[in-house]
Amino acid sequence: MIQVFTFYLFATLLIASGAFTIFSRNPVHSVLWLILAFFNAAGLMVLVGAEFIAMLLVIVYVGAVAVLFLFVVMMLDIDFAELRAGFMKNVPLGILLAIIFVCELIFGIGAYRAGKIELADAPVNPAREGASNIEAVGELLYTKYIFLFETAGIILLVAMVGAIVLTNRKRAGVRPQKVADQVARRPEDATRNMQPEVGKGVEL
Amino acid sequence: MTEFFQSLGMTYEWAWFVATIAGILLIVLPLLLSVAMIVYADRKIWAAINLRRGPNVVGPFGLLQSFADGLKVFLQETIIPSAANKGLFLIAPIITFTVALAAWAVIPFSETAVLANINVGLLYILAISSLGVYGVVISGWASNSKYPFFSSMRAAAQMISYEVSIGFTLITVVLMAGTFNLNDIIMAQKGHIGGIVNAYGLNPLLFPMAVVFLISAMAETARHPFDLTEAESELVAGYQTEYSSMSFALFWLGEYANILLMCALNAILFWGGWLPPIDWEPLYAVPGIVWLLLKIFIFFFIFSWVMATVPRYRYDQLMRLGWKIFLPLSLAWVAIVSGYVMIRDNGWPL
Repeated sequence: MIQVFTFYLFATLLIASGAFTIFSRNPVHSVLWLILAFFNAAGLMVLVGAEFIAMLLVIVYVGAVAVLFLFVVMMLDIDFAELRAGFMKNVPLGILLAIIFVCELIFGIGAYRAGKIELADAPVNPAREGASNIEAVGELLYTKYIFLFETAGIILLVAMVGAIVLTNRKRAGVRPQKVADQVARRPEDATRNMQPEVGKGVEL
Repeated sequence: MTEFFQSLGMTYEWAWFVATIAGILLIVLPLLLSVAMIVYADRKIWAAINLRRGPNVVGPFGLLQSFADGLKVFLQETIIPSAANKGLFLIAPIITFTVALAAWAVIPFSETAVLANINVGLLYILAISSLGVYGVVISGWASNSKYPFFSSMRAAAQMISYEVSIGFTLITVVLMAGTFNLNDIIMAQKGHIGGIVNAYGLNPLLFPMAVVFLISAMAETARHPFDLTEAESELVAGYQTEYSSMSFALFWLGEYANILLMCALNAILFWGGWLPPIDWEPLYAVPGIVWLLLKIFIFFFIFSWVMATVPRYRYDQLMRLGWKIFLPLSLAWVAIVSGYVMIRDNGWPL
């Protein structure tokens, strides 16, 4: 009973927050609704027993990606009138996209009803009996799919190096902090203890 | 606890439901009480180090100071700035507070006393603590005011930076224990050093990570010397500037609940959690929760001690420490510890 209740709770909230992501006027509100959608999706994954994926979804998407997203959107100077002005211009494109998506949905459901297709002869390997989520994922990822996994890692590395190369530029006239100098500085270098005579100043 | 409620004649579902609610209340109410007392302890320790007396007027030794503060805050008027985004402005402290409490669900207080003994416990804590930044960011944006906004941007950058090194530090512990379940991590520390000491932190291989985790925990909770998010000399009161009354109190409670959580994590991951410090039979007669609370308080004392003695970091120093020192160090340590675990489990490869 409680599973059904939680499922409908998460599913309703997921769809509602997905809709609000699109319909809310303020981009910051959109991002916050998107975060709620991620969170409810994670809840649904816990319900089907994929708790590892659920936690990763929250850590990666909610904890890192959406924060950076929010970070950027927050700093935008939003002009609501201008946002609405572009609406009529994009309506035909929007309707076209909507039609394409509806057609794909209809085809998809039709194909699903027609029966499943066999993509390969090799049987899928099910997880070892009694293995927890993490063990099952680890056993497959580091044996059968090790090359795909490492390829994904290399692609991410290249993307990271690319981002650093694109943003790293030498600027003239910058005075960066020299941490070694700051750490090496002692009180004797910066201060002097003087006892000047009355009426005489101190030579700096 | 479910069995107890079943013995009262409930069906399993209802017994489970009532037992869970009771478990939540058993954690949250003592937690809020200890937050009130820990604020008092914080101020007393701070005062003692500064050679002051600290709160000493309300109640014996000033023990009721926090309750007086709470009552005062409760009776104040909630002021909402007219330019603020009203809904988000009010939601932000609720998020901070809820998230700070939610993470306590997986903390084991003894071998059996844990609300949710899930096998991704550590990941759950990472996930929940990564949500904590939203309360700060939203409050900064919704206040529609300069200082909170600067503060929330600082907070977002700071929390993301230190979450990275915290993540790698946790991975070294997970590699060592071979599990994500907090109770199993504690059990793996039993007699870890020579069959005598129940702690990962004294293992020379993990001691550097224990230090990195302690410092990262201070940065993650925006505690001194890393409290740049509420640096009062620059930012008034940071993201809390526009808040008053209960909405302010929720930030305050959430902040201290988070600090306690980080102290508990330090105790659980590196110093044996509810196990006694030494694997000696008579010590097990003391209930596990006493050991855990003792260790939490020792870490809280360290937090207060640091707050009273160390001056605030500069922002570039903070970022340098997170990205240029802790990140490479903890990343290297993941490789070192995995190498050690490989040799421990499979023998020397040559």
